[in-house]
Amino acid sequence: MPTGVTGSAPLRQRARWGDTSLAVLAGLFAVFLGLPVVTLVGRSVLSGSLAGIAGSSAVLAALGISLVTTAISLVVTVSIGLPLAFVLARRNFRGKWLVEAIVDLPIVLPPSVAGLALLLVLGRRGLLGGPLGTAGLDIAFTTVAVVIAQTFVSAPFFVRSARAGLAGVDRDLEDAARADGASELHLFRTITVPLAAPALAAGLVMSWARALGEFGATIMFAGNVTGRTQTLPLVVYSEFQDGDLDASIAAAAILVFAALGILVAVRVFHWGRALDVRSLG
Amino acid sequence: MATVTFDHVWKRFGDFSAVKDLNLEIGDGEFMVLVGPSGCGKTTSLRMIAGLEEVSDGNLKIGDRVVNDIAPKDRDIAMVFQSYALYPHMSVYDNMAFGLKLRKVAKSDIDRRVKDAARILGLENLQKKPRELSGGQRQRVALGRAIVREPAVFLMDEPLSNLDAKLRVQTRAEIARLHQRLGTTTVYVTHDQVEAMTMGTRIAVMDKGELQQVGAPQDLYDSPRKLFVAGFIGSPAMNFVNVERDGDFVKGDGMAFPIPTRYRSGMDGTSTLVAGFRPEHLELGELPNSATIRAKADVVEFLGDEELLHVSVQGHEGDVVAVVSSENRVKPGDVLDLKLPLEKLHLFDQGTGDSVAWSQAAAAA
Repeated sequence: MPTGVTGSAPLRQRARWGDTSLAVLAGLFAVFLGLPVVTLVGRSVLSGSLAGIAGSSAVLAALGISLVTTAISLVVTVSIGLPLAFVLARRNFRGKWLVEAIVDLPIVLPPSVAGLALLLVLGRRGLLGGPLGTAGLDIAFTTVAVVIAQTFVSAPFFVRSARAGLAGVDRDLEDAARADGASELHLFRTITVPLAAPALAAGLVMSWARALGEFGATIMFAGNVTGRTQTLPLVVYSEFQDGDLDASIAAAAILVFAALGILVAVRVFHWGRALDVRSLG
Repeated sequence: MATVTFDHVWKRFGDFSAVKDLNLEIGDGEFMVLVGPSGCGKTTSLRMIAGLEEVSDGNLKIGDRVVNDIAPKDRDIAMVFQSYALYPHMSVYDNMAFGLKLRKVAKSDIDRRVKDAARILGLENLQKKPRELSGGQRQRVALGRAIVREPAVFLMDEPLSNLDAKLRVQTRAEIARLHQRLGTTTVYVTHDQVEAMTMGTRIAVMDKGELQQVGAPQDLYDSPRKLFVAGFIGSPAMNFVNVERDGDFVKGDGMAFPIPTRYRSGMDGTSTLVAGFRPEHLELGELPNSATIRAKADVVEFLGDEELLHVSVQGHEGDVVAVVSSENRVKPGDVLDLKLPLEKLHLFDQGTGDSVAWSQAAAAA
């Protein structure tokens, strides 16, 4: 065997040792991340608790509430988040950094803190909640509060992604559309939005996922009322507390499947790059 | 069709003036080239015509209408961008039809106009997306998108600068042909003086936001009014020598030129001048009514029927460039007597950069 070409034997052996230990470490960590979820899904299938969803009125109600509230908060997020993202992407103004920091805040804020903060503003004795209550409008501990809590914590994900997407649209294309005779609204619809679509879609998905999983802010601000404010993450907690582990697992399994669906969608539609938070700057 | 008129137009970005007091009339059907180095204000001027930049001061007219406050979509212009700016999510056909659909042109009309333009430009397979096309084809689609609109004015912003050299020459001729065929007023921006000279009916040379000179290519070449224009127009560039007046001569850097009679009157105030002469106007051999420059050939570049000489003149820093017939077979190291016909000598005021002939004419007027 020719030496000096492939390197000395001990050196290669050492490299092989390094490779092996690296693989073992990586494998262990992958197991650490994957095992709990796999176990959860496995148990939900084996114990037949998935089929038992139909039997648990609490889980069914929570599923309905989760679907409705996340759908509404998504609509609210887009209708207020898109203009904000556009302004942040296209305009320069004094204090822009402050607006950006405020938008990013809910991402790093602990959800229970967000819930408490919302209570202080919109709770029965809150800054705005008091006057609203006098007018006959109670928000805290209602389904509306669920939507507000979800929007508060999830909208920043959409705004960040949409802002990056809108900023990435070539301004020449918009100028070309203007010269071609398009009004500002028309070119936004036919040029800007389609070109920013991957980032917008990624933002929507991330934002929806965050809203669906919302727990801390919801339980603080909207409470845990079955059929009114109890969403899927809350029912996972409640049923577990009440000792109905099967119902808890069933609700959890639904959330796992939703999460898997999102990951598959991200792969299929190549949203990976749009999702890369590092590029959002 | 329409004229385009800049009437004391300014464009300011904060404290910076990108375009300063521009006065320019572009005739109906004219092919006007705006040329100058980057940052000279040519593209900003074009974008003001398009309505993509606001006019800070003065009036901009298309035809008889002041368009300062008119939105781009209501200006009846079509623009070709340097980046082509094709809508990447639309087919070639839809790219070209976009503006027509907005104007509610009948479907059959759109179809006819798109197909006509495609035929003129040699575009096939209109269902392809822009990313499937070569650079040259994209450029044609960008032209096609402008043509189908049948606008009053074409605006072109360096449309050839992303093409390779061969395609650039080809497309240059095609755009010229297109203009002859359609006769639409065209404003064309480029930094390339060769493009400007070959394409323009007239050329407007700009520098640092100011219009330097407007005229037919031949005018700019023969009678540059500014030192900047003299140096910018023509390739290889004009030779410049700093000289001082000494009686009936201007002298400097080891060179002396008799002042041509047309310059003699009205030169009283100016004594420090720049003498300019084009490389292709230098000749070898006997020539009546000429000045002689003794020089040593340093580098000889064979170009075919001509050769380009880099020569050094004692007392002059840097090269003097001459283009002479290759039949002279100049070799590096040869000492040459280059002859300059006096009618080809240009004199500029060193301070103002104005051509002496021009300031004389202006003073007389």
